[in-house]
Amino acid sequence: MTRKISFKTAINEALDLEMTRDPNVILLGEDIVGGSGAPGEADAWGGVLGVTKGLYAKHGGRLLDTPLSESAYVGAAIGAAACGMRPVAELMFIDFMGVCFDQIFNQAAKFRYMFGGKAKTPVVIRAMVGAGFRAAAQHSQMLTPLFTHIPGLKVVCPSNAYEAKGLLIQAIRDDDPVIFCEHKNLYGLECEVPEESYAIPFGEANIAREGKDVTIVSYGLTVNRALEAAEKLARKDRVEAEVIDLRTLSPIDWDTVLESVESTGRLVVVDEANPRCSLASDVAAYVAQHAFGALKSAPQMVTAPHTPTPFSPSLEDLYVPSADAIVAAVGKTIARAKAA
Amino acid sequence: MSSNPFPLSRDELLRAYRTMRTIRDFEERLHFEFAKGDIPGFVHLYAGEEACATGIMMHLTDIDRIASTHRGHGHCIAKGVDVHEMMAEIYGKATGSCRGKGGSMHIADLSKGMMGANGILGAGAPLICGAALASKFRGDHGVGVTFFGDGAANQGTVLESMNLAAVWNLPVLFVVENNGYAEATSVEYATAVDSYVDRASGFGMPGVTVDGTDFFAVYEAAGEIINRAREGGGPALLECSVTRFYGHFEGDAQTYKAKGENEFNRANRDCLKIFRARVCDAGLASERDFALIDVEVAALIDAAVSSAKDAPLPHARELLTDVYVSY
Repeated sequence: MTRKISFKTAINEALDLEMTRDPNVILLGEDIVGGSGAPGEADAWGGVLGVTKGLYAKHGGRLLDTPLSESAYVGAAIGAAACGMRPVAELMFIDFMGVCFDQIFNQAAKFRYMFGGKAKTPVVIRAMVGAGFRAAAQHSQMLTPLFTHIPGLKVVCPSNAYEAKGLLIQAIRDDDPVIFCEHKNLYGLECEVPEESYAIPFGEANIAREGKDVTIVSYGLTVNRALEAAEKLARKDRVEAEVIDLRTLSPIDWDTVLESVESTGRLVVVDEANPRCSLASDVAAYVAQHAFGALKSAPQMVTAPHTPTPFSPSLEDLYVPSADAIVAAVGKTIARAKAA
Repeated sequence: MSSNPFPLSRDELLRAYRTMRTIRDFEERLHFEFAKGDIPGFVHLYAGEEACATGIMMHLTDIDRIASTHRGHGHCIAKGVDVHEMMAEIYGKATGSCRGKGGSMHIADLSKGMMGANGILGAGAPLICGAALASKFRGDHGVGVTFFGDGAANQGTVLESMNLAAVWNLPVLFVVENNGYAEATSVEYATAVDSYVDRASGFGMPGVTVDGTDFFAVYEAAGEIINRAREGGGPALLECSVTRFYGHFEGDAQTYKAKGENEFNRANRDCLKIFRARVCDAGLASERDFALIDVEVAALIDAAVSSAKDAPLPHARELLTDVYVSY
């Protein structure tokens, strides 16, 4: 049975299902219960945007509000994972990762390798990513490339409610540390989602739309912008764009990307992160190296500019890659092919 | 046989001595071998601090977990990590504790509750809070012990963890091994309080300072704290005043120390000598008993070094293995 639910509800459902299935799953984070020790409702907030609301009533003490102390509680989640638990730590905004990055990239990411394969750290760190929330420079970043760079971490960034539920269930069952990035501007977006539990395997991209003329690769919120752009291109220019949703950035499904580019000959990568050393530059470089002969034109990147996220709505709206910018980039790949 | 003034049996006393002697010989031998240039990377020696690791670890079993530091060999040996595997690891060999992929600063054996030496100062404190949290959820009465030096005691991770352990009432023992030097900088210069016990008070937990060269002082203070934590009494801090016979790392000329400081400490603050004298005076063991252990330990370290030297290097394919469980 499927029904329409929001991205936020899908996350809540995935957590609920996994907590019910496996007693080793615990949740830690700032205000994930929201109200611990306060005189009002015990679970007043359920997370700063209400994502974990209602879970405390079902699972009680397996949800732990934490002090505002990211290094301590993210590190504790990692330590508990190394001791056999399956903690899901919520780091409210990915921007706060700077405070506790050592525990993630020097500890969790490296235990297995530097201990000669004798450790397992099944921790999930959930964090909100992305701009468009009028949250300014320290609450809006898309830091996915930073984590994708680190061997030992898996990085996931779903594009809609269906993907979010299946990918989070997989993340919790996965035996490696997973950075699970939730775009805050997707929380309200609804789509059809099965009621039952299902896991979407990592490293398998989804072809969100088939097309023969150009490959658009993206992840997270901008998959939706790419689909919008593809609609426009089909309607106005009779260009059929294939849209690939990477789903997971580490591991990454190179095969699906290469196969698509080999058939379309054109590539546009859309990444909400800043452009340097990004997923956009990574995918463009990989395709150039491995499918150079198939390319009819130079790969194009559509990204945020190399600036912090601005506050003023008029500026922020220019910051996130738009459907029109994607259409324009597709136009460049086709114009160049024609010119040649 | 005279009556026993100690809280340990003769067998336990000899076991404690054997552990301390093993640590001392392991470190002295590394000092010697490192100078020959056979050991890659850098090593930080624990010699002089043996009573601290041993006095604490005598209270722990494999269910209890520890998080160590860059100066971790002593903690590993006292927690029961295999000495041959440790030595091979330090030589970067395939037979090492971590198959040669961790080295001196990352020796770990989770089956022994040893969650790793750590190259990042203060990083073990949050991890041990997690280990203690796991024990609490399981109800297995395990405790967590995190070691850090007087230098790392100033890291935010340590202070945050003390608060977290206090508010969640976690079974954690925070151990400050105060050897007076954060690398080359003195504790007087770098730490604003006179005693780390003041830090414990700041987080509402009990704390005590003991002479870390006195095995019995460490043993008794740690026992009290660990038993309380095991029964749900929450975290506490133990500051052990110790001496570091060598430099921060091997090759450190130690010019920041006073002239004669190491010689004085070796003569007057050697925890092994102090231990032997007290146990002999009480008539619980003879010099001959200790000498016998010395011979056995020397043979063990000899064997560990020669087997480490003879062991194969990791195969080239190991470069790419064990990054993930699955990928």
